[in-house]
Amino acid sequence: MENRYWNPTMETMPREQLRAVQDERLRDVVRRVYENVPFYRHKMQQLGITPGDIHGVCDIEKLPFTEKHDLRDNYPFDMFAVPRSEIVRIHASSGTTGKPTVAGYTSGDIDRWAELMARAMYCANVGKNDIVQVAYGYGLFTGGLGAHYGAERVGASVIPISGGNTVRQLMIMEDFGSTALCCTPSYALNLAEALEKEGISLDRLKLKSGIFGAEPWTEDMRKHIEEKLGIDALNVYGLSEVMGPGVAMECMCKNGMHVWEDHFLPEIIGEDGKGLSYGQQGDLTFTTLTKHGMPLLRYRTHDLCTLTDEPCDCGRTHVRMGRVMGRTDDMLIIRGVNVFPSQIEHALMQVEGVAPQYQIVVDRQGILDTIEVQVELNPSMMSDTIKDMETLERKLVNSLASHALINAHVKLCQPGTLPRSEGKANRVTDKRKLK
Amino acid sequence: MYVKQISVFIENTPGRLAHFTKLLGDNHIDLVSLSVADTTHFGILRGIVADYEKAVELISANGYTVKLTDVLAVSVPDKPGGLADVLQALADHDIVVEYLYSFVRNAGDHALIIFRVDKLPEAEKVLSDAGVKLLSQDEVRGL
Repeated sequence: MENRYWNPTMETMPREQLRAVQDERLRDVVRRVYENVPFYRHKMQQLGITPGDIHGVCDIEKLPFTEKHDLRDNYPFDMFAVPRSEIVRIHASSGTTGKPTVAGYTSGDIDRWAELMARAMYCANVGKNDIVQVAYGYGLFTGGLGAHYGAERVGASVIPISGGNTVRQLMIMEDFGSTALCCTPSYALNLAEALEKEGISLDRLKLKSGIFGAEPWTEDMRKHIEEKLGIDALNVYGLSEVMGPGVAMECMCKNGMHVWEDHFLPEIIGEDGKGLSYGQQGDLTFTTLTKHGMPLLRYRTHDLCTLTDEPCDCGRTHVRMGRVMGRTDDMLIIRGVNVFPSQIEHALMQVEGVAPQYQIVVDRQGILDTIEVQVELNPSMMSDTIKDMETLERKLVNSLASHALINAHVKLCQPGTLPRSEGKANRVTDKRKLK
Repeated sequence: MYVKQISVFIENTPGRLAHFTKLLGDNHIDLVSLSVADTTHFGILRGIVADYEKAVELISANGYTVKLTDVLAVSVPDKPGGLADVLQALADHDIVVEYLYSFVRNAGDHALIIFRVDKLPEAEKVLSDAGVKLLSQDEVRGL
């Protein structure tokens, strides 16, 4: 395993020094938002605090939280901390309820974003000699441009192919000899499926690594992708409000994603709004330490995960966040049991031969919730006897009961009939809401 | 002396079976023998076709999941008791019949039945020793 760091000084900085950097930058961002963002000034005045009350990270709990609806309430540009003439980029995330969430960047912010994605590239052993296929969507979504700038920063040859047109993606991948792939894990799965279908053997490709994110994915899914594409598949994390991809990045230890603590202060917040310790699962919350365009204090992502400050074998000293289990709003409550789609994915993948193409349909019959998991049949799962097919159904039902704690009905479906995503996969249809 | 059978997963949605059989029809694939086994949620269509390789390629290319299985094509005297004798011979030797179904065609005074058994080589021997006629892949093609 290569331990090359894009920014050795920062990435391996001893934690006490890192803390001092954070203290200084926190004081700075609190002052900047107090002076320039009415929303924050009012909030802090309501709490009776001024920038002078914040001496460092130890005072973080004095500061107010920021929620997505705060950004919507200040749509489009009232969360900006600089004059609009200094904003050189405006991104927006897909708003599920009408107006999108806006993110604004100064040229300094864009430069820092590129620097952090460059660190991510180096985590994946991607450098100037690599050919990076960026199949994240380019546009208002931060995925495409985020990966693009990072790959360009390390000097790689960037193919800004964006998402979609799978057959063409494969042609480019083979003809151009792409060595790294950036896209959502569900899209990587679709590409792997298409590879098999087109009969393209892995020795025709030069892919070595993948930087996948923008949606939760399981360890099972990683192993599946690594096997099907013959690569190291690493997890990248981010959200446009906080920056975009690159807020955190997994190293080759494949054991958690390093949060770049010189730029972001992460917290895990419990249900009561109090900070939790390392190892406890809760709501991942970020304070941006270096953004100028749209700095945020204690932004609640509602992504559930844990943090650890245990030393990492790669030598980077920044804390690691575990896999995002799901968003609090991803969570389904079926007959009183909390279930995450990722748990269902995990359950399905324990049964041999199952490919992770599935759809979860939740409904209500009378007063009881019902859950149907539609799973695509894989040629290796096919049998000529009803007995074997029923055994397979039963194995899936049992796996769902023991791993996801649900009594689900399993429906085997013809391959290729469940919806395919080009970006983030939407695995759940909750018919209860529509009623 | 085995014969290749194709088995195809058919979702329990109106039109699926029609779509599948039309696919065969449009491509001049003739069903020599056919059975559809059903559960509440899906069916398995089993069939014997003359050119099974072509059929498998066509069916897979059209998104269906297909599997090939070795089965016995047995020629049974077309009179009461004909089938019973064959089944008794298998039972006497502890050979389990997973399923069976008959041919669409027949050959004169013989009915043609497809057997899926758990012990294929033993079944073949038992039936041959008992003087029961088994059809080869080529003979099935010629029907």
